[in-house]
Amino acid sequence: MKMMTMVNLVRGSVMKIHGLSRVSLCVPAVCGVRGLSSTSGPKVCIVGGGPAGFYTAQQLLKARQEASVDIYEKLPVPFGLVRFGVAPDHPEVKNVINTFTQTAQHERCSFHGNVNVGKDVTIDELRQAYHAVVLSYGAEGNRSMGIPGEGLAGVFSAKDFVGWYNGLPSNKELHPDLGCETAVILGQGNVALDVARILLAPLDMLKETDITQNALEALAGSKVRRVLIVGRRGPLQIACTIKELREMVNLPNTRADMLSDDFKGIAEALKDLPRPRKRLTELMMKAVKEKGDDKVEKCWGFRFFRSPVEVLAGADGKRATGIRLALNKLEGSGESVRAEPTGQLEDVGCGLIISSIGYKSIPIDPAVPFDPRKAIVPNEMGRVQDTAGLYCSGWVKRGPTGVIATTMNDSFDTARAIIQDMEAGKLDVSVSKPGAPAITALLQKRDVRTVLFPQWEKINAEEEKRGKSLGKPREKLLDVDKMLKIAWS
Amino acid sequence: MAFRKCVLLRSSLAPMCYPGFMRTQPRFLHTVPRLSSQSQENGSSGSKVLVHFVNQSGVKSSVFVTEGETLLDVVIKKNIDISGFGACEGTLACSTCHLIFEESVYDKLEPMLDEEVDMLDLAYGLTKTSRLGCQVTVERWMDGMTVHVPQEIKDQRGKQEAVSSK
Repeated sequence: MKMMTMVNLVRGSVMKIHGLSRVSLCVPAVCGVRGLSSTSGPKVCIVGGGPAGFYTAQQLLKARQEASVDIYEKLPVPFGLVRFGVAPDHPEVKNVINTFTQTAQHERCSFHGNVNVGKDVTIDELRQAYHAVVLSYGAEGNRSMGIPGEGLAGVFSAKDFVGWYNGLPSNKELHPDLGCETAVILGQGNVALDVARILLAPLDMLKETDITQNALEALAGSKVRRVLIVGRRGPLQIACTIKELREMVNLPNTRADMLSDDFKGIAEALKDLPRPRKRLTELMMKAVKEKGDDKVEKCWGFRFFRSPVEVLAGADGKRATGIRLALNKLEGSGESVRAEPTGQLEDVGCGLIISSIGYKSIPIDPAVPFDPRKAIVPNEMGRVQDTAGLYCSGWVKRGPTGVIATTMNDSFDTARAIIQDMEAGKLDVSVSKPGAPAITALLQKRDVRTVLFPQWEKINAEEEKRGKSLGKPREKLLDVDKMLKIAWS
Repeated sequence: MAFRKCVLLRSSLAPMCYPGFMRTQPRFLHTVPRLSSQSQENGSSGSKVLVHFVNQSGVKSSVFVTEGETLLDVVIKKNIDISGFGACEGTLACSTCHLIFEESVYDKLEPMLDEEVDMLDLAYGLTKTSRLGCQVTVERWMDGMTVHVPQEIKDQRGKQEAVSSK
């Protein structure tokens, strides 16, 4: 997609004018060279180099002209879910990388990759070195279904499946077997629809994206022809948004395969729905009506009122060959509609089961309060409970839902709380803090070498070069070791 | 001009660029080629239109803009201070260029395509006179209009203290 890259570059340079003049009002002569002089401004440390981290940094840099921000990231590469979560066929969504790149290149900001906070350095050590520490490390775990057979071969979390086709190093050995005809996805959010779409999309389209080459090859040999997307409640509770549904409805060489029974009473309910829900539901009803040509081999469909109760194994007891679903009815009304089992069961034969019921944050340091039930860091407006100087933004703050814009607004809120606290004296920024040099020294003692932003740019250049020869915007490196070798070359 | 070529090629790619894909083209396909045909650097062609922007903190910026530009282009070029505006850079993949119009102006804007409504419906602080800035092209009759973004909630801390004193 050379054209996309060109447009992104042009767009990026337009955005550059915007971003740079907004953020750098700092006079270089006064501030001194980054990292060398003892900049007396507030020093903030951000844990996590994804959208939450970058948007929080952006807002802090803009609001306080003497503030400096350091972003620590576990992987050698930045951008988090923008790189590893957003689907390969949604390159426009990844345009935010341009604004994040500007932020990382800002003279009062520095990026430190290959640092595992909680292991290589503790939160307490960061709090000693900085005036404020912001946790923006997202949700790297996933909610399990908690049913028998979940551990059988052929069952994956959507997080891992998405990580696999997006080149997340820890998922490179996933090797999902795509030799079955039917795939069942549990969950009906945008991630579930992304997975369905990638499983059924024409290869012609996928091969020009940044999907990994091994995923592309696996999909080229895929026998999957039917994808069922299963939810425990009804059509009016579906969690996906209309853009993603429209993409499924318009997916070439596929047809929709829904059950009209699942839609009883829905047409009557339409008139009372708010516009977004109404349009989404109308589009679904249209897909139910226009069943499409039976001759079209690939199909996809929602299945409502169904909860997974067991993954069924084949004769050898090792591999999934089906899933047992409990049929539900809805109780309650409005926002609190819930699914109650009817006692009826239904078995669906399938060889690939993908559970897309939510990502989940994990605690990374015992010094940080963590709510295991909600799987978030307990906080008030981004201020971590009972812990002065510690803040959070993004999914680790409010849970793993929402699009990039949601996280953006959330991160701006946290930045605002930090600024307020600085201005009110709740954060004492008059005391001198050492910042990055202290942490770098600690890391050096522990044999941890960081990846700075210009070094990520070497990895970036290498990926783009490899992609070029394949007609793709980039070919992602899958090995952390390879990334580090190139970064430090 | 390289930029024009880029965007014309871009226009065939649309947010959903499957081969043989047939549907109504989203707004930016019509506006962007017009944008590149205006020489905005020279400012010689297209009349100047006065537009007032009110940002999330209530701060007003008044700028003269060229007919034919989208409001997203205006915010970027004129450096209007609106936090996080235009994240997807005008490709109908987000809702961050959400702008609220005066009713009289809103009613005269060209109708929205499905793709705009799809994203607009996810915008924070949506109103009956909301549009996405990347889909609205400046025209002469808009001279003197005011657009604003949802106002940020002021003094969260004050609110909190009121709650905790219960």
